Amino acid sequence: MITDFPVALIMIFGAVLVPLTRGRLRAAVTLLLPLVTFFFVLALPEGLYGRMEFAGAQLVWMRVDRLSLLFSYVFLLATLIAAVYALHEEDPRQQSATLVYAGSALGAVFAGDLLTFFVFVEIAAVSSTILVWARGTAESYGAGMRYLGMQLAAGVLLLAGIAFQWADGHGLAFSHIGTQSTGGWLILIGLGIKCAFPLLHNWLQDAYPEATATGAVVLSAFTTKLAVYALARAYAGTDLLIYVGTAMAAFPIFYAVIENDLRRVLAYSMNNQLGFMVVGVGIGSELAVNGAVAHAFADILFKGLLFMSMGAVLLRAGTVKGSELGGLYKSMPWTTGFCIVGAASISAFPLFSGFVTKSMIMSAAAGEGYLWVWLVLLFASAGVFHHAGIKIPYFAFFAHDSGIRCREAPVSMLVAMGAAAVLSVGIGCAPSIFYSLLPYSTSYEPYTPTHILDQLQLLVFSALAFAVLMRTGIYPPELRSVNLDTDWLYRRLLPAGFRVFAKMWQGVVRTVLDLTGCLGAVFSVVLAWHRPGALFARTWSVGASAFCLMALFLMYLVAYL
Amino acid sequence: MQTHSREKRYWLDEPGNVTKLYHALWVVGILLLVGDFFLHKHEDFVFAGWYSFYGVFGFIACVALVVSAKGLRKLLMRDEQYYDY
Repeated sequence: MITDFPVALIMIFGAVLVPLTRGRLRAAVTLLLPLVTFFFVLALPEGLYGRMEFAGAQLVWMRVDRLSLLFSYVFLLATLIAAVYALHEEDPRQQSATLVYAGSALGAVFAGDLLTFFVFVEIAAVSSTILVWARGTAESYGAGMRYLGMQLAAGVLLLAGIAFQWADGHGLAFSHIGTQSTGGWLILIGLGIKCAFPLLHNWLQDAYPEATATGAVVLSAFTTKLAVYALARAYAGTDLLIYVGTAMAAFPIFYAVIENDLRRVLAYSMNNQLGFMVVGVGIGSELAVNGAVAHAFADILFKGLLFMSMGAVLLRAGTVKGSELGGLYKSMPWTTGFCIVGAASISAFPLFSGFVTKSMIMSAAAGEGYLWVWLVLLFASAGVFHHAGIKIPYFAFFAHDSGIRCREAPVSMLVAMGAAAVLSVGIGCAPSIFYSLLPYSTSYEPYTPTHILDQLQLLVFSALAFAVLMRTGIYPPELRSVNLDTDWLYRRLLPAGFRVFAKMWQGVVRTVLDLTGCLGAVFSVVLAWHRPGALFARTWSVGASAFCLMALFLMYLVAYL
Repeated sequence: MQTHSREKRYWLDEPGNVTKLYHALWVVGILLLVGDFFLHKHEDFVFAGWYSFYGVFGFIACVALVVSAKGLRKLLMRDEQYYDY
């Protein structure tokens, strides 16, 4: 049956066409493949497709339900928008890697069993690394290697978890797993790396800002959101996730305030937004899961939009360091406008997407009585406006005029940013249409007078705090710097540890060599007697041997007597 | 990329206009606080219904965030070439 065909393969195998074509035809390929996939997905009725037996377990290529459909829509939208964004450049390596990466993310979303999920996640891990390396700098090479290492480590944990699940007789079905089994824990930690849980998060801030302008946009859409999808599928209602998510929402904002690389600021704010989603999954009620999933959808669009605007700045101004930028609104007015739409969306301004999605998670947390969680999330909401909503547009486009004068972003980039901006505003203005796509039917009403006034107060007074701190000079200036994070462990501590170990090993080897020097002296004495032709190695005649023996016996007799 | 010394002045180039915006933001904030008087709020937590809770929370949260992040710089900030060796 045609529905048994795994839709993911259209983009994965279609990626082969990219290096075979050129110019407009290649551009058409990058646009048409996600479009064709989109129409295919739209025609899919809910159900399980592509079932087969493997070693006594049932594999399901595709499980089509409301949850997987919603993620497939947003993944395809993101692929299309990124393809438009990249139209101005010819880089077949990146374009084909994007298609394989997006296709495998789609395959993982539709996977009905854990093994299929694992295979697609691994393809996504490898293909996405190419997007980091595509920048072609020494930094991006190193960051790509570290990224790949983390992704593969996550893959190993996933596979080990899947093996445990299977061995324990839980089967391979990709449905609720929970933390009752060893396999469940291993899979959770594997997904935790992909989702950038606290202390497992730093690959994200390390790698994404080193990718190309387009690469960062593409990367921001898939890996982490795929993990949120998997958590929503397999770990909804796991209490631990509430606290993990709360920590995730809070700690990165401190880093975001002092970070100079604006794409790294966005990477930290990604961590913060993922925290909200993880809290939603952890609470696990219909409202909370709806909120988590809806926020993932909205985040792919507005975070993509913010990464796109910073990518445009990187392309035109040559840097995204806050310390070097400022006053770009004069040169790039459209990019400025789109960036502000993205900033308003992530900050959850009324009429923008974040407002109608994040509020579901906040309401769920408050409704279930999680007082401290709610307070921290409210703090994180004010914080996200501060670092992503204000800091990003302010230091890039306004602040003091850096004197940089450049051209506006290419039309293709502007069209892509425009599309993401329209979708973000569309979701914010017509939430009921968007809500009808969510996994659970909902009558949630985001636009109550109380909620609007509360949110506006929170945001306007956060902005006032920024303005006051700016005008009084308390606000920390943007400085050329790096900030220590957990990557210090494997970028400084581990290499330093290796150096110490290497030195110790050298010492051991030297001692051994010295000892062999002493042994050499012993050996030379032994050799003097025993080497070929020496006294004890000669062959003697029988008569001589008999004579020696006789002499020995005689000596013995004399000694004994 | 080049620097023009004589080019069109933008509205925001006037420091006076930036101050106007700053004052306008205060006016909006105060209007929102006034709005709190007239709205009967429905909140899950009682304290969230207190007068101007969200405004005060937002202001204090952001000042605390920035001041503590600035302090964290002493602990965390390194030279840009820190990892290049």
